[in-house]
Formats: sequence, structure tokens, C-alpha cells
Amino acid sequence: MIGLLAEKIGMTQLFDERGRVTPVTVLAAGPCPIVQVKTPETDGYAALQIGFGRKRESLIPKGLQGHLKKHNAAGIRALKEVRVQDTSEYKVGQELTVSLFEVGSKVDVIGVSKGRGFAGVIRRHHFTCGRETHGCVTHKQPGSIGASAYPSRVIKGKKLPGRMGGARVTVKNLHVVGVDPEQHLIWVRGSIPGPPKSTVLIRKNG
Amino acid sequence: MSTVERFENRFKTDRKMEFAPGDTIKVYVRVIEGEKERSQIFQGVVTNIRGSGMRQSFTVRKVSGGVGVERTFPLHSPAVAKIDLARKGKVRRAKLFYLRGKRGKSAKVGEREKLNPESA
Repeated sequence: MIGLLAEKIGMTQLFDERGRVTPVTVLAAGPCPIVQVKTPETDGYAALQIGFGRKRESLIPKGLQGHLKKHNAAGIRALKEVRVQDTSEYKVGQELTVSLFEVGSKVDVIGVSKGRGFAGVIRRHHFTCGRETHGCVTHKQPGSIGASAYPSRVIKGKKLPGRMGGARVTVKNLHVVGVDPEQHLIWVRGSIPGPPKSTVLIRKNG
Repeated sequence: MSTVERFENRFKTDRKMEFAPGDTIKVYVRVIEGEKERSQIFQGVVTNIRGSGMRQSFTVRKVSGGVGVERTFPLHSPAVAKIDLARKGKVRRAKLFYLRGKRGKSAKVGEREKLNPESA
């Protein structure tokens, strides 16, 4: 599905004429040059490689520098592939902008969630807390994690403490509240994963 | 200035917080009933101002029929038609939550200075 790379700017709220509040996330989306067009004949599948942002060339690995140079896209910060049905209407060098999206349509936003470090089961898996008082000594423990002699091991996939966040998260069906093609801004209803300034992919829904 | 603030500036009204906690203000609230629109006045003491930019809001407390009523308004909400300052209060803190448990004289806020009649 065709999409756009974007930078999360932050959240705020907007009013309608009656004073009802809509929570919105503002994103600076694109312009995204098409760096490479992948076709079933050459690559086995149809996709577009899109770029976003600028970066000092000395910070880009040499191999990638060569790839970018070949497609006239030197100094691109982020690259991402988006699958499309038909690549014939796209060509390398073409710029995708926020005008891809219409107000009122739905989009999916894919980003990396905020890292929470090593988190316990209460925070990580929404386990219930134990009692705080009345002589209880375990408050935020996972409790029993299995039986004894049989099976003599912990079942795979058991929810336990561990690293939380910092993973790819997709939020589906976000309502596009507004688009500003001049400033390359788009604002959607609700929240999206990750902190402000993080790079996310906005994907057209359906 | 972060870009969120720049974004908010497009939607912000030019209304300013021209009152402080402790002041008594009149808030003209736009009420839409079916087709008709009228204005309702909510008068009371400002007990709380919070947030910044587009998200700035304030809380007004009044005692209505012996029952304390508090209402929080977003400063830039189109539902707020007008705000009038009725009386300036003399208070020492930013959040006047202590008024909640009080009745009678101890629930009063002292007056700072008389307003001249034309601005009231």
C-alpha cells in the first residue's frame, strides 16, 4: 500500500465549532523521493523504495552512498519500501507528497514504540497487583509460573518480566483530520507509537 | 519554538489569560439547543490555570444552591464566547483547591484592588 515516511512532531488538540475536542498527532510527512522502483521482472515483487530527510553524506555507509548515488538521491536519511500493486505509474525521482492523503480517509501508522527498559509483569503484561497491606509480602510478583514435576519446565511463551517497548508497532485506521501540502504536514486523530522526532511510516489504508 | 506550537498558532484564538487564580470572572458559554444558540453565564472564582498553548485551560468554581460547582474551560474553545473580569482576588497560591472543603467566610477570597467600573 502506498505510503509516506514522516517525522512525528507531537500531539495537541483541536476544537470543532461547538467546542468539542479532537486529540491529534501532527506529522511532518515527506516529500519522499522514489529512490528505486522494484518490479516483479527484476526483483520478484512490486514495490517502491522511498526516501525521507537529509543527512550528511559522511555519516552514510559507503555501500549505501553508492546505491543512493546511482539513483540520484545522495544524502537521504531514511529509506523504506512500500508495496504497490502496479509500479507503472511511478518512476524514480518522482516525489511523493502529503497530498497522497485526503481529509477524512483512514491511514495506518507504523513506528517504533518508546523503550521502557526491563519491565515487570504488571507493566508489561497487565498482570494484577497483589494486595499492598494485610500482611502480604508479594505485591508486584508474577506468582506461580507453572506446575512441578510434570512438566518440570516453564511453558514456552510464558509472560514474564523483560524488555518492553522499542518494538515495531502498527496503529491501524487512524482518521486523517487535516492535511497541509504546503508545509508538508498531516494530522491524524489519536496517538501514534514513538517519541516526537521519531521517523514513522504512514500507509494508506485500503 | 517547537513545531507543535507553530501548528497550534494557526488554530488559536487571540484570547489571552487576562485573569489570575483568585479572580472572579464571568464566562459566557455558548449553548446550542437544537437550532437555537444562546449564551449562558458561569460566574465564579478561578481556582486553577493549567497547560500552555492551545491546551491551556482554567477552572471556575462557584457555589450554587449550597453545592460547590466547578467547571473547566479550555481557553481557546469556541464554546467560550467571552470572559469578563468581575473582581480581582488576593491569593497567595496558584491552585485554590483549598476552597473545596470550606464554607462561609473561610471560603472567601479577599479583594486585591477595586476595578474601575468601565473595565468591569
